Amino acid sequence: MPEQLVHMRVWRGDANGGEFKDYNIAMGEGMVVLDVIHAIQAQQANDLAVRWNCKAGKCGSCSAEVNGKPRLMCMTRMNIFEPGETITVSPMRTFPIIRDLVTDVKYNYQKAKEIPAFKPKPKEADGTRRMYQEDIDRVQEFHKCIECFLCQNVCHVIRDHDDNKPAFAGPRFFVRLASLEMHPLDTNDRMELMKQKAGLGYCNITKCCTEVCPEHIHITDNAIIPLKERVVDRYYDPIAKLLGLFSSKHR
Amino acid sequence: MAEEKYETHEYDVIVIGAGGAGLRAAVEASAQGAKTALVCKSLLGKAHTVMAEGGIAAAMGNVYPEDNWKVHFRDTMRGGKLLNNWRMAQIHAQEAPDRVLELEEWGALFDRTKEGLILQRDFGGHRYARLAHVGDRTGLEMIRTLQQHAVHKGIDVYMECNLQRLLTDGGKISGAFGYWRESGKFILFKCKAVVLATGGGGKAWKVTSNSWEYTGDGVTMAADVGADLMDIEFMQFHPTGMVWPPSVRGILVTEGVRGDGGTLKNNKNERFMFNYIPDFFKAETAETENEADAWYEDKRNRRTPDLLPRDEVARAINTEVKAGRGTPHGGVYLDIASRRPADYIRRRLPSMYHQFKELADVDITTDPMEVGPTCHYSMGGVRVDADTTATTFPGLFAAGEVAAGLHGANRLGGNSLSDLLVFGRRAGLYAAEYSKAHTGAVTVNNDQVDGYAREMLAPFENNGDENPYTIHADLQQCMQELVGIIRTESELKQAQEMIQQLKRRSKKVKVEGNRHYNPGWHLALDLHSLLTFAEAATLAAIERKESRGGHTRDDFPKTDAKYAKINLVVRKKGEEMSLAQEPLPEMPDELKALLEENK
Repeated sequence: MPEQLVHMRVWRGDANGGEFKDYNIAMGEGMVVLDVIHAIQAQQANDLAVRWNCKAGKCGSCSAEVNGKPRLMCMTRMNIFEPGETITVSPMRTFPIIRDLVTDVKYNYQKAKEIPAFKPKPKEADGTRRMYQEDIDRVQEFHKCIECFLCQNVCHVIRDHDDNKPAFAGPRFFVRLASLEMHPLDTNDRMELMKQKAGLGYCNITKCCTEVCPEHIHITDNAIIPLKERVVDRYYDPIAKLLGLFSSKHR
Repeated sequence: MAEEKYETHEYDVIVIGAGGAGLRAAVEASAQGAKTALVCKSLLGKAHTVMAEGGIAAAMGNVYPEDNWKVHFRDTMRGGKLLNNWRMAQIHAQEAPDRVLELEEWGALFDRTKEGLILQRDFGGHRYARLAHVGDRTGLEMIRTLQQHAVHKGIDVYMECNLQRLLTDGGKISGAFGYWRESGKFILFKCKAVVLATGGGGKAWKVTSNSWEYTGDGVTMAADVGADLMDIEFMQFHPTGMVWPPSVRGILVTEGVRGDGGTLKNNKNERFMFNYIPDFFKAETAETENEADAWYEDKRNRRTPDLLPRDEVARAINTEVKAGRGTPHGGVYLDIASRRPADYIRRRLPSMYHQFKELADVDITTDPMEVGPTCHYSMGGVRVDADTTATTFPGLFAAGEVAAGLHGANRLGGNSLSDLLVFGRRAGLYAAEYSKAHTGAVTVNNDQVDGYAREMLAPFENNGDENPYTIHADLQQCMQELVGIIRTESELKQAQEMIQQLKRRSKKVKVEGNRHYNPGWHLALDLHSLLTFAEAATLAAIERKESRGGHTRDDFPKTDAKYAKINLVVRKKGEEMSLAQEPLPEMPDELKALLEENK
């Protein structure tokens, strides 16, 4: 296949502002958006800032908005666009800009710190840890998360509302909370955190996060809704409340 | 004073690199009471470990109770063509099971056996199903578990911070110096001990599974202060990387595909690996397709040649393609579609399924994959003491891919993740011990720091017109063509000359823009380590006049008994590199006996 030129508009700038710049670049067969960004970087704009690592959808570094849609650049094939179509690449909107396509995702690392650690129950009498595949299948789904933060980026609770960030952990960390809550060995109680500081109640299950997840984790159905049910059971169910007087941890 | 001029932090132990080895080292150093910082070039959790697919090799015996450390030791040594440091191979095999179980204590969820224990999978060169795994995303599980554990232990993490030079005072480590990628500002660490956990140098090759981070930083920082490098001629070309489309060439296809029943075929639909069984592995390898297929169910049969060690398989693929029996795109076929049910493939290899579907429009449950060798792993690196991971420079430790010794001439799949855990922990432990034993004040040499700062700013001030991306691409082309999977003296010497030219050109690199998150500048600085790594690898490749493991010489196609007892050691003094042949440490008789068992 002969090389064809593609027209790209890439956001360039920093915290003080910026603009879209136009690049025409030769495209080879099978290329993904990240390849084109790299070609621009090597040939036309050496200082174009972009994060990437694995280039195979496994590390979650190259998140951006391609034609307005949150995506991993390394997994977005150029052949999904119409020939001749201008392709726009901009940084994730929910996080402060550092430079060009690179954003400040510290918020996520801060939220990760606030979630109480895994705390396993004692081992079996024979010194082993026995867990059965059917009991961990659902938690393994949550462990597929590559921390690309696209779900955080698209979540409307924080996308245009910086003021909600202190009181909202976001879909990524609801998935993390669900993975701990449903871990067969864990004994920590994170219910109060979920209800208060993590702001689970802010989520009104519009499933935007689920739609953009490159790992196809059922964030809303399998993580958020079950967590919401647990919170309801604990705090609002009168029978559970009564039982709560006699037990330290509810499941 | 350097401390006033640059942002300065003081610690007992600095760990450079936050993949499996760095995270495990930091966790251990901190647990030992050392004030510890973890410094990494990318965001936390994005290091190369995250890409590891197949599993962690550990003789837990959950699937085959006959398995134990002695068999694992034997397999590792034989896979490494007996050039491994025997003591490292012994420690590794003995400690790996505990390190895996420890991850479980920290929240990792491995796939399970029917009895509820950790399931183990087959991999190349391992006698028994031995790899603890999570589908084909084991590295992700490992790094996330370690990351979360480290965060909750309160370890200070410096992300997107690139340390480029080690600081020394009175012949020992006194710190490290580098820059923040975001601001471009310099940062100085004063410390008593440094653990290098920086990975390898595979980004010097063109077709590679390695990310931008794999620029040989650790090897170069160690060489720059005069620490010994060892076995640096041995590069592993993983037999199965993607070959099509061109933009994904080199991306890894896990050995788990073959472990779970996939087989290699040429364009005549022949399972060609039966034609490439070396004498060294004849006794333990199946000779017929029936026997090979029966092995998956019952390990009393001999192992399929599809799962010979990686060096053997990569060379065989190379030969098939050269003989015209390859695929249209210059690879061979890897077929699991015709051998296993679709739902089994999707369950066991979800990320491979996704990767081929998205990037190559291939459904691996119905069609074969096209694969070929890709530069994957540096067996060599910084020479370390087997027990303590101490390098030959006081205060400097190294663990994981950056260190040499465990894998000898060729690494077995699955032995990397276990290496990271076993020797990461030891590096943290002994670096902490070292820092406690050295109670004096740490002093930083101001001139040394100022000199490094000037060097690192030079690309902004140069009058030249070289583009750092072009120099990097030229180096990758050179290493791919001349220091690749099959090597020969004349080409290696040509590579040496080209590397010298590239070094001269790299002094004329001009970067545009400013210091604020500038990848062009970052790459310009990384050229120093890429070129140092390439130069050392080429020098040693010329000297080893034989073929062994991840070093194949067209002009010396056989193993040579003379080199069987020798490690090549590279030392750098100023701009000059020198080379020495040093005898392997003598293996105790009881371990020698293990190598002979069940041949």
